[in-house]
Amino acid sequence: MKTAGIDIGSRTIKITILEGSTLVDFQIVDTGIDPINNAKKMIQEYTFDGIVATGYGRYLAQTHLDCPVITEIKAYALGAHFLFPECRTVIDVGGQDSKIIRVNNGKVVDFAMNDRCAAGTGKFLEVMATTLGYTIDQLGEVACTAKSSVSISSMCTVFAESEVISLISRGENPESIALGLHQSIMSRILAMMGRTGFDDPVVFGGGVAKNRCMVELLKKKLGKQLLVPQEPQIIGAIGAALAFGKAKKRSS
Amino acid sequence: MNKYEKMWQDLGLDVELHNELLASIDKTFQQTVGAQKDRPEEVKYFDHVLHESHGGRVAELIEARKQGKKFIGTFCIYVPEEIAMAADTIPVALCGGTQFSIPYGEKMFPRDICPLIKSTFGLALGKMCPYGPIKDLGVGETTCDAKKKVWDVVNFHVMEVPQKKGNIDIELWRQAVVEFKQKVEELTGKKVKSDRLGETIKIMNDKRRALQRLNEFRKHDPPPISGLDVLVVMQAALNDEPVRFTGHLNTLNEEIEERVKKGISPFSKGVKRIMISGCPSVMGNWKVHSLVENAGAAIVIDETCTGTRYFENLVDEKATDLEQQLEALADRYLKINCACFSPNDERIDGVLNTLRDYKVDGVVHYILQYCHGYNIETIRVDAALKQAMIPSLKIVTDYSEEDVGQLRTRIDAFLETLD
Repeated sequence: MKTAGIDIGSRTIKITILEGSTLVDFQIVDTGIDPINNAKKMIQEYTFDGIVATGYGRYLAQTHLDCPVITEIKAYALGAHFLFPECRTVIDVGGQDSKIIRVNNGKVVDFAMNDRCAAGTGKFLEVMATTLGYTIDQLGEVACTAKSSVSISSMCTVFAESEVISLISRGENPESIALGLHQSIMSRILAMMGRTGFDDPVVFGGGVAKNRCMVELLKKKLGKQLLVPQEPQIIGAIGAALAFGKAKKRSS
Repeated sequence: MNKYEKMWQDLGLDVELHNELLASIDKTFQQTVGAQKDRPEEVKYFDHVLHESHGGRVAELIEARKQGKKFIGTFCIYVPEEIAMAADTIPVALCGGTQFSIPYGEKMFPRDICPLIKSTFGLALGKMCPYGPIKDLGVGETTCDAKKKVWDVVNFHVMEVPQKKGNIDIELWRQAVVEFKQKVEELTGKKVKSDRLGETIKIMNDKRRALQRLNEFRKHDPPPISGLDVLVVMQAALNDEPVRFTGHLNTLNEEIEERVKKGISPFSKGVKRIMISGCPSVMGNWKVHSLVENAGAAIVIDETCTGTRYFENLVDEKATDLEQQLEALADRYLKINCACFSPNDERIDGVLNTLRDYKVDGVVHYILQYCHGYNIETIRVDAALKQAMIPSLKIVTDYSEEDVGQLRTRIDAFLETLD
């Protein structure tokens, strides 16, 4: 049986196709301003027996595609367990959310999630990259070259932006500022992990797990038990595909 | 044109803005309470109470004042309504649950105080509160620091609710109750008499008994009424004339009893059973209840001021002379386990008993932003829940819509973990 999972996130839409328990295909596109049509276009490229939606746009999919939905929290737990069966904790840092999920055998035991603002998420890094004149891909690389770091005290995206601007005008070099920004996200992640507690091994996923500096900083803190999949963005879509047949359709 | 526009104009309200407020509340109501299926018929009376809270109810109070009664605005379930009624005053709770008025509240009060205060006084500051202009007395209390300081600004009578429950605290509270009696007597020029107080105690106990019965029905699986509908009843309880309210609630209870017999429910058997614990959800605020129930769970009990804290414990009706009655009243009210008490072990015991009685699968801590008491107390409540093996989710939020997407994900994920 072929099952599909679609993860409609705030920045990207991910689709995965599973045949039995083998990942046979996947694709990642920008969410854009018309997520449901972009999702529909993706779906039309594949044939499958069933599909489950997850992510921020899951209710859109539920309405327009009439498919079952699960939260990205459950999806990440399932997906991380699929990729790393021994996984006990997932760090998911996406476009507008960051989450810590404690997992046992693919089941969510506990979770924490940032509330309301974009502090410590991919969006935060995007805004800061623009302020420093880099692309989002460059930002992580530049931070890796820094010889020292500047501490950024603001967690709020808006305040941090003004803080970065004042650091630039004070003559701090951009590499150090970039590293400071990554460290501030890391301390936020660690604070959330302090709240939930965590066990090894830890899987790091979501778009921000593609950032080399973020991975290295977390590795340094958490030890070599940090597992990063080759495609960290599709963990949720894999989890959704795995949930097919088990996920409930809501009546409302 | 709304038939009450003239009245609002006469009260000095900003009629245009007030119309926008009503439209905004109505929209929220329709999207939450109104969007439910399989509602009991009689619950529509309580919808009507909410709908008339700025219209018919205000007209009624204006009329009562013409007949010589006085109207008291209250802001906490710690204010003994029996005494107010026995002195020929009409107490009505005036807490605000709408985001719409918050920017007006923030014109005077700090942004970082709870939304309930900002919403309430935003209504007054934005000339959208029809109760303010006809209020003969405002009664505050000392259940949180923010409210305490607000009372000074708006010149209210303040009842001192103690912060502990030792002997000197009991004495202090009894004294506060006596002072409140004197205050309302001064206001109306009428003495609180024992026989009349006996009547009002009975009126309020009857109301509590009816509310207790309504909540008893929620113990069924599936519960015959949604948590959102019970919330509407609770919100109406804070506004409506109590005898009329109890009459309609008894009718609703009869209907619900029939629903139980016929197996009618908005939920299916085995639905996940949630307790809401913490802060009140007052009129205009249906946010978290509707998120939880839209996610497919049933709220089976509210351990809040718009829940158990309002209706549990009756006033001892055996007391006959005035002194005994006042003492019985003080003792009943002091059993309200507000988070202003330290320590507050009784609340934790109460939570544990309630979740057993209602076969709760999970607890949602509902904390209004900047409510430090309830927020910090979740640490102890949670430790007790952990021992009882009951999972919980803590939500700290205000009345705005900005965090609804994230809340939905957190609530959905919490319910998934209960599977």
